[in-house]
Amino acid sequence: MIPTSRTLDVDAIRKDFPVLGRILPNGKPLVYLDNAATSQKPKQVLDALTAYYELHNANVHRGVHTLAEEATALYEGARDAVASFINAPSRDEVVFTKNASESLNLVANMLGWAEEPYKVDADSEIVITEMEHHSNIVPWQLLAQRTGAKLKWFGLTDDGRLDLSHIDEIITEKTKVVSFVLVSNILGTVNPVEAIVRRAQDVGALVVIDASQAAPHMVLDVQALEADFVAFTGHKMLAPTGIGVLWGRQELLEDLPPFLGGGEMIETVSMQSSTYAPAPHKFEAGTPPIAQAVGLGAAIEYLNGVGMDAIAAHEHRITEYALSRLAEVPDLRVIGPTTAEDRAAAISFTLGDIHPHDVGQVLDEQGIAVRVGHHCARPVCLRYGIPATTRASFYLYSTEAEVDALIDGLHHVRAFFG
Amino acid sequence: MKLDSMYQDIILDHYKHPHGRGLRDGDAEVHHVNPTCGDEITLRVKLDGNVLTDVSYEGQGCSISQASASVLNDLLVGKELGEAQQIQEAFLELMQSKGQLEGDEEVLEDAIAFAGVSKYPARVKCALLSWMAWKDATAQALAGAPVKESA
Ligand SMILES: Cc1ncc(COP(=O)(O)O)c(C=O)c1O
Repeated sequence: MIPTSRTLDVDAIRKDFPVLGRILPNGKPLVYLDNAATSQKPKQVLDALTAYYELHNANVHRGVHTLAEEATALYEGARDAVASFINAPSRDEVVFTKNASESLNLVANMLGWAEEPYKVDADSEIVITEMEHHSNIVPWQLLAQRTGAKLKWFGLTDDGRLDLSHIDEIITEKTKVVSFVLVSNILGTVNPVEAIVRRAQDVGALVVIDASQAAPHMVLDVQALEADFVAFTGHKMLAPTGIGVLWGRQELLEDLPPFLGGGEMIETVSMQSSTYAPAPHKFEAGTPPIAQAVGLGAAIEYLNGVGMDAIAAHEHRITEYALSRLAEVPDLRVIGPTTAEDRAAAISFTLGDIHPHDVGQVLDEQGIAVRVGHHCARPVCLRYGIPATTRASFYLYSTEAEVDALIDGLHHVRAFFG
Repeated sequence: MKLDSMYQDIILDHYKHPHGRGLRDGDAEVHHVNPTCGDEITLRVKLDGNVLTDVSYEGQGCSISQASASVLNDLLVGKELGEAQQIQEAFLELMQSKGQLEGDEEVLEDAIAFAGVSKYPARVKCALLSWMAWKDATAQALAGAPVKESA
């Protein structure tokens, strides 16, 4: 469905999310501002899960009975939904995983076991950035340790953006792969894809994009990104936990070796050796998360119904409003871009000397759910000389009234520890 | 209000005016972190025979973790090891009680203020950070870890 207007009806949307009406044990209504950690789920997704289990449950790809065919059609239908959601040239380029972390580990392992020209070895360099989620750092550290490759990264500017000033020294002829986050989960920064992709293509490096915080919030077009792999995770985009996506260019998925072996991913097996199913099945060993994939399909249908550009526009408005109101709070320092330009709706901040744990605890007492800590991006905290941050993150159902509640809550925190 | 049961005045006082903070001579040093939230502590213990003559520390973290280190310093410095270990165990038991214990004031003194924290699973680790570091450092000191001078 093509949205005709860039506005969305927040009140109507909120009614689709049962948990948003919840009153907490302390009598306060829930103000859920932890969307970058995971989103809430609408009835439509919950209903799809229930209907799947009540009516169609069977294992996929391996039965001739009616339920097996229905389950397979639903699972593969979810793949179609993902493919069109991200504008993939082919549905066979969509690999289901359990989350973004598995998707990223899958790519790192494919490259570790690959033949030339993709093989990462002791002469290779791997490039990431200082604002990556640990899920896009550790797999590359492991690959570097196991192969002897060198791990390099882009640093950050003081205002929370990538420092690309030394791009030609960081991405070199030795670079085999460049992996970076499209939208930072801690800083909220939207990164300039084109400059990085151009340089990577010039030196023949593969490009991996972690779109975990992009897919839920904006139009994601893998062809426009010109990346080789794109990873994201279902639970941040209204779907259940346990389902993630790795999109990869078809010829790469054909050429690269499998990582996990098992049922579903084979063509024939003898005791001596096996041949593999074509992609994407080559990368989906074992019984997949079927109901979760069906849930992801329903989530995508819901998001399409609202319209991704309407969602992006709504979040942009909320972000602008939140940044302007946060600026009113004394001693509050935003960690990341302070304007809404090239910025998404996850806002990290510190509040004087008050530790984020204490901020989060006092906010919780008022029903406000934020995330505190290093948000699985500890290098960012080290870069800005802070132990941790408090992060408020918004989504399609967030309201200005919730921003106001956050601001009131922060004044209360200051009074409490003042 | 529930918050006051966690943030007792005693805790806030220790947080704002920590006792014994700063690193001094020790027989062993450890560095412990709480990986979920980034709280960190560096802690040294100094023993004279069987007596714990100093616990010095430096760290960053929330009010609960900082106040807890201050209370630890108050409670344990000057004690014989056996008694210090009993206090540590009593504190551990209190923190694992999920709000069921009040704590023995004879043994735990100011530390009974942390009873309310034990109801918040995410914060129990904050309260225990320095106590686990102390236990580890003491074990290392007894095992004859290399002496560290203060910088
Ligand atoms: C930018 C980014 N990358 C990767 C991940 C990992 O997602 P998951 O835990 O679902 O694998 C997250 C989620 O926290 C994220 O925000």
